[in-house]
Amino acid sequence: MNGAELPIWAACLVVLLTVTGAGFALVGALGLIRLKTFYERVHAPSLGATLGMALILCGSMLLLSLIEDRLVLRDALIGLFFTVTTPVTLLLLARTAAHRDRFEGNPDAPPEV
Amino acid sequence: MSRLLPHPLLSLALTLTWLLLNAPPTPGNVLLALAVGLAVPAVMRALEPRPVRLRAPSAIARLIGIFLYDMVRSNIDVARVVLNPRPCERRTGFITVPLELREPAGLTVLAVILTATPGTLWVQYDSDTGCLLLHVLDFTEDSDWEARIKDRYERPLLEIFAGVSA
Repeated sequence: MNGAELPIWAACLVVLLTVTGAGFALVGALGLIRLKTFYERVHAPSLGATLGMALILCGSMLLLSLIEDRLVLRDALIGLFFTVTTPVTLLLLARTAAHRDRFEGNPDAPPEV
Repeated sequence: MSRLLPHPLLSLALTLTWLLLNAPPTPGNVLLALAVGLAVPAVMRALEPRPVRLRAPSAIARLIGIFLYDMVRSNIDVARVVLNPRPCERRTGFITVPLELREPAGLTVLAVILTATPGTLWVQYDSDTGCLLLHVLDFTEDSDWEARIKDRYERPLLEIFAGVSA
């Protein structure tokens, strides 16, 4: 099967999944603008890195499975590695910000542990 | 068994990864996947990774369920916060959670869970005191985040990585 022969229900489902996922990523990007402090802003992009990514990958796996006529789970690996590596970056950013705020004595610095 | 398979979980994960990347699983691919799964952990032995023992499969299943539910819910919550036209009616701040969990693998899983649920941000963990500093985007709804993290995530993790905290 190629993309043009895709049944209409499948095409709708794939579009619904990927567009919803992209929507979550977009809301995350908006959050970067709308939220005010650094610690609030860090929350926003993880929308795209979690549910947004999961929905887009589900759509991609569904589409590939139907086109190749077998179960294609390759994309699940993208999700796995994404989920495992995101905390590293976020942790580094948060630790750096916390260190700087404490060092500079900013009023919104996190409390000492 | 232990000499041939020093890290059975790592072998299993590598074999499955290889098979997923090289689908469909023809006999040749399966053989190659098994060879990778057997050979790579033997090489890894030079790095001396700490053996990880998983227990309580029911706790693993429960934790995955809780995680998926919380991930979807917190995504929707944060999206609502971002799209809310009146941004001032929200309480945001830091909380400190004293953890009983000491196992590095368990703490790693906890970090992944807390990062993958938007709305909670892992800022700092002190291994001497076992205290975890979190940033919470919105605790207007239910204020008891500490109990929530301990009940929902830490307790199953303590069951799964049992034997170290004792």
